[in-house]
Amino acid sequence: MISRVTTAISNSASNALKAPSPGAALVRAWAPVFALIIAAMLVQVFVKPLLGDFFAKVALDIGINIVLAVSLTMVNGFTGQFSMGHAAFMAVGGYSAATIVYYGSFRLFGDAQMAGGILSSMVSDPDASVWSKPWLRMGDGVFLASILAGGVVSAACGYVVGLPSLRLKGDYLAIVTLGFGEIVRVLIQALTTDALYDPEEIANTAWYRFPKFIGGALGFSMLPFYNSLFWSLGLAGLTMLFAIRLKRSTFGRAFLSIREDEIAAEAMGINTTKLKIRAFVIAAFFAGMAGALFAHTSGVQLNAGELGFQKSFDIIIMVVLGGLGSISGAAIAAVILTILPEALRNPAFLIQGYYVSIPFVVGGAILLSISKRAKAETTIPKFLLTIGGVLILLATAALIAKSNDIDLGRYRMIFYALALIVMMIVRPQGLLSINEIWDRSLWHGFMVWIKAITRSGGKP
Amino acid sequence: MFETFLQALFNGLAVGSLYALIALGYTMVYGILKFINFAHSDVFVLGAWISYEIAKKAGWAGAAGAPWYAGVFVLVASMFLCAVIGFTIERLAYKPLRKAPRLNVLITAIGVSLLLQNVGQLDFIFGTRPQGMPVLLKDAELAAIGGSPEVTAADGSVLKAAVPAVIVRLVDVIGGGTALVLMFALDFLVFHTRLGRAMRAVSHNPSTASLMGVNVDRVISITFIIGAALAAAAGFLYSQKYSGLNQPAAAGWVLLGLKAFVAAVVGGIGNIRGAMLGGLLIGLLEFFGVTYFGAELRDVYVFALLILVLLFRPGGLLGKATIEKV
Repeated sequence: MISRVTTAISNSASNALKAPSPGAALVRAWAPVFALIIAAMLVQVFVKPLLGDFFAKVALDIGINIVLAVSLTMVNGFTGQFSMGHAAFMAVGGYSAATIVYYGSFRLFGDAQMAGGILSSMVSDPDASVWSKPWLRMGDGVFLASILAGGVVSAACGYVVGLPSLRLKGDYLAIVTLGFGEIVRVLIQALTTDALYDPEEIANTAWYRFPKFIGGALGFSMLPFYNSLFWSLGLAGLTMLFAIRLKRSTFGRAFLSIREDEIAAEAMGINTTKLKIRAFVIAAFFAGMAGALFAHTSGVQLNAGELGFQKSFDIIIMVVLGGLGSISGAAIAAVILTILPEALRNPAFLIQGYYVSIPFVVGGAILLSISKRAKAETTIPKFLLTIGGVLILLATAALIAKSNDIDLGRYRMIFYALALIVMMIVRPQGLLSINEIWDRSLWHGFMVWIKAITRSGGKP
Repeated sequence: MFETFLQALFNGLAVGSLYALIALGYTMVYGILKFINFAHSDVFVLGAWISYEIAKKAGWAGAAGAPWYAGVFVLVASMFLCAVIGFTIERLAYKPLRKAPRLNVLITAIGVSLLLQNVGQLDFIFGTRPQGMPVLLKDAELAAIGGSPEVTAADGSVLKAAVPAVIVRLVDVIGGGTALVLMFALDFLVFHTRLGRAMRAVSHNPSTASLMGVNVDRVISITFIIGAALAAAAGFLYSQKYSGLNQPAAAGWVLLGLKAFVAAVVGGIGNIRGAMLGGLLIGLLEFFGVTYFGAELRDVYVFALLILVLLFRPGGLLGKATIEKV
């Protein structure tokens, strides 16, 4: 009897959940990773020349901010532990990577010039064919190693910061992480001295003494600019892939259960302390890699003073604005909040919002007028109308500013602060709440509406 | 040496009492609404800058000097204006979020903080240039303690370097005294009046307090008004001690506010006497650290103390540890 039941179960199990062959599993695990890397290569080589210098720089910042926001989502969003010292991980990773790249380049190549291929170059060179030059060179290997090393050092710091979360909860943990962040910043500024610039001096200094010479209060300058769309967007894509897979995995569900109810999670046999520390370590690893990219971005001087609590707040704002716990929400918020300050500097760019808003407003109005006014069906039209409305508001502000010769860029932080306050009051759950953009529940209303149209032969 | 010790002690007490004044605003809001009011440090900055503007408008900034009542007038006026601003902030930004998750209120507070900083930086408000605060409080050397002249041998070599005397300045005494008077007034208000009882009731349990006939919204408004007024007083006193006023969005101001917040947490957040104790402790620690261990790490001492206190007494020095019940 029992054996018959077990065979029945095993039969049905083998039908429903047929274990894929090892080869297929390997392909399924790694195909998206390689696809992302190749996509990032293609963007760097073929799309970057079309963007122009300004937009390429914005895209570079977007990539770094996505990594930061998504990594903070793993701690603040998934696990519900409120960390306010994320910029410190960035600083640790950034300084580690900068030390390796700068002094490593001196030891390997004799100077700290950029020694990367096309994939690391942000200099636009329209004449040269992309096939005539190497895509990757020795310098890129050093840079990749430094990114990983920055992540590992930062993860070690994440372990140290995660330890207090054994005892502290909520606001108290937030304050301790804030304090940790400030301590890291002050220690870097106070305990290190100016970087060495003389090749002979560098050659004569023992390698283990290099971490002392990383810039001090003045910042670490003269770093080679390795960061490009390939590294930045590639890492952003990989971070998102990691976060999505984490959220669906056993670990991720354990993280989410800690967020929902720590005591219940513990009663279910989840080792909450261990997992909380693990969340900190993972988030710190990615933030450290983002810091490594940040350190080697053109137009950026690596200075611990800029990586204080204000930077941490910027990242928290992205996470909360996108919806706490939503990976795609954090990424979208990172994109918006990177573009918005740049756009406010440039009124002519904002005025184009009139044209962009037309399809949103018209489409939203049509959808709203033919929907049946049920809540699920009006979500998307209202969303479209909101986007259109915001664009029109911004464009109007830009038009007024332009006609009165007001420099809107000087008021951009005021806009930013007001938008933050209004957003928190109007939509406290953030853009996407805890949903993802690809969740079916988010599009449910739309799908119902589409089905209604197709079934009634074009008449809703 | 005795003189350096005494100097650190006086400076620590003078600055610590200002930290305590700011910390009171943090701790009162946390005690009642359970969120960290990040905009509080900006109200402190506003207090300093409004004092400067009033003094300039009244013509006390020039070489002619200020009349004896200038200090009191500016103090009261800036406390009043900041109280109005604190009330407005609470009504417009925080009241709509009474039922929202606390994280949202926190983000809103960061937003308000950014707004105050950047509005303050506009040319027609305070501008982006640092200004020198005129002297409005009478300053004099009250007493000089210790100190010894240089001892030289017959051939002119220095046997013992000169030790500067510790000077007790009137401005520090007035500043510390004002802070202490305000703290005692607040302590009396909270523990010995009807309003104070209502505040304690709301902090204990808002819904029960409202069932008992306490007007919760009014109590919260009054809390913000008092907190903002105390921060403004601290801003004015600080500007009298250190006359260089940085631009409103300078990171130094925010860091000052954060240290005051650390003081509130170290003392036990939500606890008024704890905030006073924490403020004095942080001030003393900072100045003793600077005197005996070096000035570069002055922020590290403060935040390291915070981490240590929270690890060994998670509720703060005077706070009670909360027990979680299922």
